[in-house]
Amino acid sequence: MIKINDIKKRYTDSVEIGPLNIEIPRAGLTSLIGPNGAGKSTTLLMIGRLLDIDEGNITVADLDVSSTKSKDLAKIITILRQENHFVTRLTVRQLVGFGRFPYSKGNLNKKDEEIISKYIDFLKLTELENRYLDELSGGQRQRAYVAMVLCQETEYVLLDEPLNNLDVARSVQMMDHLRQAANEFGRTIVTVMHDINFAAKYSDRICAMKDGKIAAYGTVDEIMDPEILTDIFETEIQTIDGPYGKVAIY
Amino acid sequence: MSHKDMGGIGRDSQSLLYNHNKIWTKPFILAVIAVFILGTISLFTGVYDIRGQEDGMEMFFTTRIPRTVALILTGAAMAMSGLVMQLITQNRFVEPTTTGTMEWAGLGLLCVYLLVPSPSLMLRMAGAIVFSFMGTMIFFMFLRRVELKSSLIVPIIGLMLGAVISAVATFVGLLFQMTQNIESWFIGSFASVQAGRYEYLWIIVIICILIFLLANRLTLAGLGEDIATSLGVNYNLLVLIATGLISLAVGIVAAVIGYLPFLGLIVPNIVSLFRGDDLRSNLPWVCVIGMCTITICDIISRTIIMPFEISVSVILGTVGAIVFISLLLRQRRPRRIR
Repeated sequence: MIKINDIKKRYTDSVEIGPLNIEIPRAGLTSLIGPNGAGKSTTLLMIGRLLDIDEGNITVADLDVSSTKSKDLAKIITILRQENHFVTRLTVRQLVGFGRFPYSKGNLNKKDEEIISKYIDFLKLTELENRYLDELSGGQRQRAYVAMVLCQETEYVLLDEPLNNLDVARSVQMMDHLRQAANEFGRTIVTVMHDINFAAKYSDRICAMKDGKIAAYGTVDEIMDPEILTDIFETEIQTIDGPYGKVAIY
Repeated sequence: MSHKDMGGIGRDSQSLLYNHNKIWTKPFILAVIAVFILGTISLFTGVYDIRGQEDGMEMFFTTRIPRTVALILTGAAMAMSGLVMQLITQNRFVEPTTTGTMEWAGLGLLCVYLLVPSPSLMLRMAGAIVFSFMGTMIFFMFLRRVELKSSLIVPIIGLMLGAVISAVATFVGLLFQMTQNIESWFIGSFASVQAGRYEYLWIIVIICILIFLLANRLTLAGLGEDIATSLGVNYNLLVLIATGLISLAVGIVAAVIGYLPFLGLIVPNIVSLFRGDDLRSNLPWVCVIGMCTITICDIISRTIIMPFEISVSVILGTVGAIVFISLLLRQRRPRRIR
C-alpha cells in the first residue's frame, strides 16, 4: 500500500502542491489524471523518491520513502519518467538486464538471465533484444524501458506518462501489457495519464488532481462522471456508455 | 502463458549467457598485440642511436622506456576520463578539453608556480588536481542547473569556459612574467619525459581499476539520474567520486605531460560506435584504443620532421578536429525509421 500523509511541495509562494492525503491499495492499476500543472507528475516523483518532500511523508509498503535507503527501496518501488533525449547505446538486453541491478549489482547469474528473458518476451522484444536502443523506434524504446522497470520485479511500479509519443495502436499495446503485468504478476502500477478514456478503460482506480490538490479519487465508474470531469478540466465533458465502459466526450 | 500465442513470435528470448562480461575475446587480444607492437616501434623511434652509441642502453632506460610507458598510461587516462565524463553528462561531445577541465588544471599549475618558487612535481600535480576538480564540479553544477535543449550547447559552453580560464592563465602569466611556463604547457609533449619525471603516471593504473569497479554504476548514470536513482544508485555520490577520479587522472597528466586535446573525445566515440556504451565491457577497449591512438600520434610527431619533433598535441588536435566534425555531421543525419 502507498500511503501519502499530508505531503506538501512548494515551488513559489503561489505555486504549491498539497496537502495531499491518499492511500493506494496493493495490486491493480491506478491512474493520475488532471489538467497540466495539476501536480500529477510531481506527486509521482515524490512517491518514487526522485523529488524531495517539503512536508508530510509517504510510505510504500510501510517504508518511509525519504528515510529508507535508496538501494533498499529499489527492490520495492521503481519509477520510469518520460524518455530523455540522450539515448545510450546499450542493447535492449543490456538495458533490461540493468533492471536486475538492485539484486545483482551488475554480476548477472543464471536466474537473473532467465528473469531478463521473461520480461523481454513479455514485452515482445524478443526479436529486438540484441539491437541498440538508438536503432529502435520511439515505441519500441519505450517498451524496452518498461521491460527494464518490470525486470526490477518491484511490487510498486510508477510510470510517468507511459503513452507519451505513442500512437493509438502502440498505446493500446502498452496498456495491455501493463494491465497484464498487474493481473499476472500482481504488481501495483501507478501511472500519470493524459487521455481520460485510456485511463478509464485500463485502470482500477482513478485519482483526479487539480491545482495541486486531489479533486476526486475512486473507482473508474465514480470518476467518469460528467460533473466531476467538467469541473476538473474546466471543459464541458459528457460521458456515454461505450462497449468497454464509460467514454468521455469533449 | 497467454502472451506467447498473442504476438506470433515463434522463438523465446534465450537466457544463454550472453558475453557481456567476457573481455578476452579475439579482437581484444589483437588490439593488445597492436599496443605492444606500437610500443616497440615507439621504443626504437628517435634520433639517438641506441645500438650504436656506448651509452645507448642508458639512454634507452632513461628516456625511451619512460616515454613509451608515459604514452600508454596517458592514452588510457585521457580516453577513460572522456568516457566517464560523457556518461555523467550524458553528452557525447564532452571530454577534459571541451569542459575546461584541462585549462583549470593549467591554471592550477600556474598558481602553484606563483605561490611556491620552483615547486616540486608533487606540488604542481596537487595544484592541477585540485583546480581541475573545482573546475569540473563548477561545470557539472552549471549543467544540472540549466536544462539544455541541444547537446551541442554543452561543449560550446565548455570550450568557452576553457577559453576564459586559459585567458586568465595567460594574463596571470604575463603579469608575473611566467609566459614561458604557460606556453610550453599548452603544447603538450612527451619530449621531456624521462626517468624520475613520469613515475606518478602509474597512479593511473589504480584509477583505471577503481573506474572499472564503478563501471556498472557509471553506465547507469549514463541512463540519467532518474533511472540510476530508481535502481538504487546514489547518483550524487557517484558523480562526486567519478569527478574526483577523473580530476586525479587529468591533473596528473596535466602536470607531467601538458595539454592533450580531443583524445577523450575520439576514442570513446569510436568504441561506442562498434560496441555500444556498456562501460564494464568497454573500459578495456577504451583504454587500449586510447593507448594506440596516442602512441601513433606520438610516433608521427617524432618522425614527420625528423630529426626535430613537433608537439603531439598538434597531431591530436588535427585528428581530433576531423573526428569531431564527422561526429557532428553524423548526428545531424536523421535516424533511420524502422
